[in-house]
Amino acid sequence: MATESIKYLTPETETKLKSKAFPRPHQNTSGIVNWLTTIDHKKIGVMYGLAALFFLILGGVEALLIRSQLWNHNMEVLSNREYNQMFTMHGTTMVFLVIMPLSAAFFNFIMPLQIGARDVAFPRMNTLSLWCFIAGGITLNLSWFFTGGSPAIGWFGYAPLTDTRFAEVIGDMGPDFWIFSLQILGLASLLASFNFITTIINMRAPGMTMMRLPVFTWMTLIVSFLIILAFPAITIALVELMFDRTYGTNFYDFLEGGKPHLWQHLFWIFGHPEVYILILPAMGIVSEIIPVFSRKPLFGYGLIVFSGAIIGFMGFAVWSHHMFTTGMGIVATSAFSILTMLIAIPTGIKIFNWIGTMWGGRIRFETPMLFALGFITMFMVGGFTGIMHSSVPIDAQHQDSYFVVAHFHYVLIGGALFGLFAGFYFWLPKLTGKMLNEKLGKFVFTLMFIGFNVTFFPMHYLGMIGQPRRTHSYNEGHGFETWNQIATIGAFILGVGILIGVYQFVTAFFNKKLKDAGKNPWDARTLEWTLSSPVKEYNFARTPIIKSRDQAWENNYGPKENHSDKVPLDDHGVHMPDRSWYPLVSGLGFLGLVLGLLFHQSVDANTGEILRDYTYAIAGGSIAIFGIIMWSLEGPAGYHLFPKETEE
Amino acid sequence: MSEASAHALEHHEPETSTGIPNKKVLMWAFLGSDCMFFGTLISTHLIYRKISATVGGNTLDVRDIFDIELTSFSTFILLASSLFMALAVSAIHKGNLSSTRWMLFGTIIFGAIFLACQVYEFTHFVHVPGNELTLSSYRGEPHVFGSTFYVLTGTHGTHVAIGVFWLIGWFVYSFTGKMSTADALDIECCGLYWHFVDIVWILIFPVVYLMEYAF
Repeated sequence: MATESIKYLTPETETKLKSKAFPRPHQNTSGIVNWLTTIDHKKIGVMYGLAALFFLILGGVEALLIRSQLWNHNMEVLSNREYNQMFTMHGTTMVFLVIMPLSAAFFNFIMPLQIGARDVAFPRMNTLSLWCFIAGGITLNLSWFFTGGSPAIGWFGYAPLTDTRFAEVIGDMGPDFWIFSLQILGLASLLASFNFITTIINMRAPGMTMMRLPVFTWMTLIVSFLIILAFPAITIALVELMFDRTYGTNFYDFLEGGKPHLWQHLFWIFGHPEVYILILPAMGIVSEIIPVFSRKPLFGYGLIVFSGAIIGFMGFAVWSHHMFTTGMGIVATSAFSILTMLIAIPTGIKIFNWIGTMWGGRIRFETPMLFALGFITMFMVGGFTGIMHSSVPIDAQHQDSYFVVAHFHYVLIGGALFGLFAGFYFWLPKLTGKMLNEKLGKFVFTLMFIGFNVTFFPMHYLGMIGQPRRTHSYNEGHGFETWNQIATIGAFILGVGILIGVYQFVTAFFNKKLKDAGKNPWDARTLEWTLSSPVKEYNFARTPIIKSRDQAWENNYGPKENHSDKVPLDDHGVHMPDRSWYPLVSGLGFLGLVLGLLFHQSVDANTGEILRDYTYAIAGGSIAIFGIIMWSLEGPAGYHLFPKETEE
Repeated sequence: MSEASAHALEHHEPETSTGIPNKKVLMWAFLGSDCMFFGTLISTHLIYRKISATVGGNTLDVRDIFDIELTSFSTFILLASSLFMALAVSAIHKGNLSSTRWMLFGTIIFGAIFLACQVYEFTHFVHVPGNELTLSSYRGEPHVFGSTFYVLTGTHGTHVAIGVFWLIGWFVYSFTGKMSTADALDIECCGLYWHFVDIVWILIFPVVYLMEYAF
């Protein structure tokens, strides 16, 4: 980033304690230390994105192994257990290590720019979220190397599959790795969400009222609330499961008075809001892109925002539609069925408003717009099958069949992933300052769109004729082969498309041949497009004064009274917080704590007794506590930057 | 504190859109989230209390093991600790450092007494002759009451313990000579946490303990 023109000033505030063990790196530091100690929301967003793209490839390989296994009847590409591990790891990876962190990458990078903030409210806590997410990804994938391999319990981990007595492999550690990685990923999501909520509520630029917030920022706020209210349910469910597995409690142990049914309720009380946690960010991205490429303001802004909020609220009241076949009784089943039908209404409102935005607009079919349109159409297909499942008798027929697999992949790939890819093509020029290659982008879209439909559309039919999901192989004579082979071919096309897309995103950071983007290459509407690309480390040289919803557009085309005032630069300069090692130290401490807890048990070879050794867990926990104490003592501190008069 | 440094701190307290300090918004968001943690635990306990109401063919009567006098006492102590906490917050706002220190000390002591009562409860319940309540059984029969009871009250106890360590941190800090009204916001957030943990106990005490005596 271009900081040569800027003079640095030493901090005004004294830190409470100057540490000799981990002295604060200088602001001009470069290389690996720059990335390890950064508290800049933009760099954190980039790291979230890159890590998530890595996991996208990993989860994709797992998916392709599953598809290869299903190529023909009675294949043996994977053993029975390996197949179970693959779909477990594929699901867990894609939900927690790909879609959520990709959304978090956009929240981090875009949201503070859209509200005119210098950074998020708690920059160091933001860094800790990142390291906790990475620690969770490491923990989950370490499971491959220990007793029993990775978990084979499904991403839902239904009891009693997780009961130690029913483990296929004696001393199977897979579910333990799964439990602890989800816990630390939950911590990452919770910390990030507290941060985003505080930022959006408290750090808006003057004039940026709640009803002037860009829709993407609104969706960030709603998703953050969903996370802080939904994750506690899974956290406690996992704590209870951990106690069951490690200390012999009976929460889900049906032989000793527990009810496996309770796990399903707790899991889906989290799991259904989680669906909206995955899709609402993509809806926010699409709501930003469609007005820009239709050259019209967003149609029905208020309705879109309120629909998002209602979806978030009702998302907590429909969880049991995942459990229609468990026998909850007529009253509960009917209530959840009706509520599930109702939640289609706000979703429909959004789709009609996007169509209304495009209606009569001057539409440009550039790559972000193509992905956004792909989102709308594919998400609608997934949405329609979703409405089908709200009907209890139909759900009973579709339960555990490939129809359901088709349904949620239409929502999560055709929906969430297409939306996120649209976001990449839309906002990467803002990150890198370079335009992406339009032809390659359209090629990626074509491959993904075709590959995706060829993979998942046949699964509707396969499900209807009875192919069960989560099943290792099928016998000859059911007529499953043809459509499975088509789906497998489609999956490889989709895989190639995604791979090229990821290649394009990653190389965008150092490809010298790409054209310069300039401030506002798409002629877009929101505040981040008033800044130079790439964005300076201090974001806004002067506080933006917001006078309308689409401030960047108004500045260019609006009447004079809607232009943002150019306030003079602050004499004090822009206050920047200092870098810190402690988020990384605390993150490593949490990783140590988790690994220590994972390996604290051993069995005495002579007596068969379980021995417990908490040394490593305590050591890890102590490092985390040390990091947090030093963190609070060092304080935010900071220094001042003096941007040039010409900067925005 | 000199006027010059007070000015510097004022300068660095960022203005917020709502006028509420960032840390306070963070704390309230966390407490909202924590409600869901305890909501999940309390529901688990109540559901199992209803559907697993027998043990070995007899009605489960945990009055045989509960020591309601002791728990009432520890409940009173925990509620009283909230008074100390409120006084500590009030004192730091007024800049009365010595009062802040000793009110924090009172909160710590009362929090520690509560924890000690809970440790006594836990170690005692496991060994009540003829009525042993363990994590997995009651009177030697497999049962889920011990699981939900220990994990629920244990999670609350963990919250209290974290609060006590947080307060000890402030107490120690008060001797460094660096404590000032600039720390009022941080101590107030600590207070919010402490009061919240108390309120959760006000819910747990009737639901887990008193209701056993109502019928």
